[in-house]
Amino acid sequence: MDAVVVKNLSKSFGKGAARRDALKNISLQIPLGSMTALIGPDGAGKTTLLRLLAGILTPVAEEVRVLGHPLPQEALALQNKIGYMPQRFGLYEDLTVEENLTLFADLHSIPQEIREHRFAELLTMTALGPFRKRQAGQLSGGMKQKLGLACTLIHPPQLLLLDEASVGVDPISRRELWSIIQQQVASQNVTVLLSTAYMDEAERCDHVILLHEGEILAQGNPAQLAAPFQGHAFVLENVPEAPRNLQAQISQLPGVVDTVIQGDGLRIVMQLAGPPELPEKLTGHGMPKPVPARLEDAFVSLLFIRTARHRIPLPPQRATTGDNAAVVVVKDLFRYFGAFAAVKNVSFSVCKGEIFGLLGANGAGKSTTFRMLCGLLPSSSGTLRVAGVDLRTATAEARARIGYVSQKFSLYGALSVQQNLSFFSAAYGLQNRRRKERMAWALEELELKDYTAMNAGELPLGYKQRLALACALMHEPSILFLDEPTSGVDPLARREFWARVNGLAEGGTTCLVTTHFMEEAEYCDRLVLMSLGEILAQGKPSEIKEKVRRPDRPTPSMEDAFISLIEEHEQASRRAS
Amino acid sequence: MKTIRLTGLMRKEVYEIVRDPSSIAIAFVLPLVLLLIFGYGVSLDARRILVAEVVDHPTQLTASFLAELERSPWFRPAIYPDEPSAEQALMHGRADAILWLRSDFTRLSYSTGSAPIHLTVNGVDANQARIIENYVNGTWLLWLQQEATRQGTHVAAPVVADARVWFNPALRSRDYLIPGLIAIIMTLIGALLTALVVAREWERGTMEGIMVTPVSTTEILLGKLIPYFAMGMGGMTMSTAMAVFLFDVPLRGSLLVLFGTASLFLLTALGMGLVISVLARSQFVAAMIAIVTTFLPAFILSGFIFDIRSMPQIIQLLTHIVAARYFVTMLQSVFLAGDVWPVLLRNALGMGVLCAVFLGIALLRFRKRLD
Repeated sequence: MDAVVVKNLSKSFGKGAARRDALKNISLQIPLGSMTALIGPDGAGKTTLLRLLAGILTPVAEEVRVLGHPLPQEALALQNKIGYMPQRFGLYEDLTVEENLTLFADLHSIPQEIREHRFAELLTMTALGPFRKRQAGQLSGGMKQKLGLACTLIHPPQLLLLDEASVGVDPISRRELWSIIQQQVASQNVTVLLSTAYMDEAERCDHVILLHEGEILAQGNPAQLAAPFQGHAFVLENVPEAPRNLQAQISQLPGVVDTVIQGDGLRIVMQLAGPPELPEKLTGHGMPKPVPARLEDAFVSLLFIRTARHRIPLPPQRATTGDNAAVVVVKDLFRYFGAFAAVKNVSFSVCKGEIFGLLGANGAGKSTTFRMLCGLLPSSSGTLRVAGVDLRTATAEARARIGYVSQKFSLYGALSVQQNLSFFSAAYGLQNRRRKERMAWALEELELKDYTAMNAGELPLGYKQRLALACALMHEPSILFLDEPTSGVDPLARREFWARVNGLAEGGTTCLVTTHFMEEAEYCDRLVLMSLGEILAQGKPSEIKEKVRRPDRPTPSMEDAFISLIEEHEQASRRAS
Repeated sequence: MKTIRLTGLMRKEVYEIVRDPSSIAIAFVLPLVLLLIFGYGVSLDARRILVAEVVDHPTQLTASFLAELERSPWFRPAIYPDEPSAEQALMHGRADAILWLRSDFTRLSYSTGSAPIHLTVNGVDANQARIIENYVNGTWLLWLQQEATRQGTHVAAPVVADARVWFNPALRSRDYLIPGLIAIIMTLIGALLTALVVAREWERGTMEGIMVTPVSTTEILLGKLIPYFAMGMGGMTMSTAMAVFLFDVPLRGSLLVLFGTASLFLLTALGMGLVISVLARSQFVAAMIAIVTTFLPAFILSGFIFDIRSMPQIIQLLTHIVAARYFVTMLQSVFLAGDVWPVLLRNALGMGVLCAVFLGIALLRFRKRLD
């Protein structure tokens, strides 16, 4: 029997000219006890599909049957059997962990006798036991996500619907979330349907559905989806220093669909089977070796032909004047909130034109460090110099030289793209002619021309991110701060974003970035790994990975390095206390 | 409907109320402040009127008249040497009125028996000016009678007004402002707070999580209605206690009737709040709608301060859909007159209709759906 049967389902929002089709006549089946991933670019209709199956949107369809219940007629009966975790799971922040669980247990009418047992089980599974009496608002991002999952698992459900459950969560919490989900599948035979922006998560599922603009582009198991692209993927190994420029050049070659930095090499995906033809000046790095295709290759290739491709202009070659002056210097930095040390003895320096990464679990002190660097938060002690200016004495002067893109893209939703740009250039004090020039530059360079009149709040996520970047660049800052700029953004938009950041760095802009995508850490020239307010490791990506190389793990990934270094440190500090 | 789900929702609501200071502020601190301001600060009575007195030719007679003013609790007289300086004081707001006894005051009153007094009143606040005029006239008449008795004659007055004031013999505006204020407070707790807390659930995304559980719309609505009903009655009890014990407002009707009418009104206000929460999914919009459609009409169109009968016809018609209108009348009658059943029943009927309409709309329009 199938857990989900959907025949000719459509869903649109708005009326008349504002009508937008979120799903166009899709059909699908999901077998009981399977794990299915929904992938696709932003605005593909993933969230709409999940909400329809949870019975909180009215479908237009020949048939929608979930766990045997036809929708929308039997929504209430269905809701007894499912668990649904929305993108922003709304925990009651004023309620404690236990009170949140009790509320959901009440709503699902769980009898008192078995309740205590079930709570204990869930609290052990999520490792939230010690925080039973803590209010949900005071938990870290990863812990909140785990509590949200625990609340949806309380009855336990027969079908679990998860909408980007791991967005904005660090690799360790993400791994914990996954082990909880997989445990449920194994022990309770739960059917899972999840949407995700992480291809490695989708690869772990039995079945993958690729949505694009409300239509199903492809579905099948991950291997089936990747199969047509066998022979398309290649790796160029042992690229020497700064692979970013090489990557930018190769991505412009005819027939190349995708190029990503992977460890010390470059991974290249071709439109047709067969190796890329490297021009003579690039052959010095050896010949690309064929590698098996993976799900991500299928994702990028399938969407490659359907989306207008943005050719990012080649960045100018960096002038090698040896101008490697440190533009950001942090020394012995501390920050206390009451008695709690959020940042402890942090020191690092960033050179001009570098891409510098800050990595760490949720609550490691990255955002606090970022805020101090931007002059938004005073430090408790230590030295902070940005663009040659001491932040303790000349905050305003330093701010004129930095650009900041926050996690939530602080844009004015009710203003149009044009008005947002105009506002931010005025805020940075750009005068008439210069303002016109910079606005024209932003619309041209970040390809926002088709959207000038649209309100920022209605832009697709990828475009919001571009606009936020444009606003931060209006005054041509020499240093750019990017706080989780790619959180929740699909793989295609992420690639485009990084191509732009590369271009900026090659042009001499220094970029500091935080991210939860470990493969993105590979784009950094150097990075620091933080945990519990301290720096654990510092250096090039290859140097950090070297630290965790072991005989049984000869080529550790960035994610391996992250998890083992942070777990070691957390255990050590727990023993110490 | 299942009790376990309903109690779960209610318990959650109570935790939130207890831990979130903003709802407590709206339900208890705001009423307290309003009551103190209206009880002690705002008064529609003209008290301590600043009177600038100018006496051109002081005699025993003028002194006796001025002494009468001095004795009155309504006036705070001050002597000015001449008319221009008194005018100056009026211009600068140091005086509300000028009383000018001209040089021929004493002579005329002895010779003709009728001497004019010259009264200039600052008419910017027309209401206040009228009150001042009446007070001065009253004092003037009183003094004339005393003067006549003292001289053994009678003032020939064809008609003597012998006024009795019913229900509020001391004419304290506080006594009718405070019962009206209770209606305002209950509107705040009922409509504003309910609309805000439902909008908050939409904003924080908690509503989406709740909707995908087997809870029914009736349970969600009752889960909000019952805790805030209890909270509203708490506010009501506090306000009544303050009115009776702190401000000495008489309570002539029965407590049972008082709380009965309050319950009916609170249900209506909660119904309005729930209807607003169906329309508004952000706290800002909810607050705006609640203030414009419930709080302001309760203040302006309920007869709490402004008399409905002196409003234009069309506005008078409009007041019939303001629930507070019925409640203010009922409260004023319960506090000042007692259980006057014809008044109570007529207004209860009006309020009951509104209550059914609002709760009905809330129940019909509140859906467990996002579209």
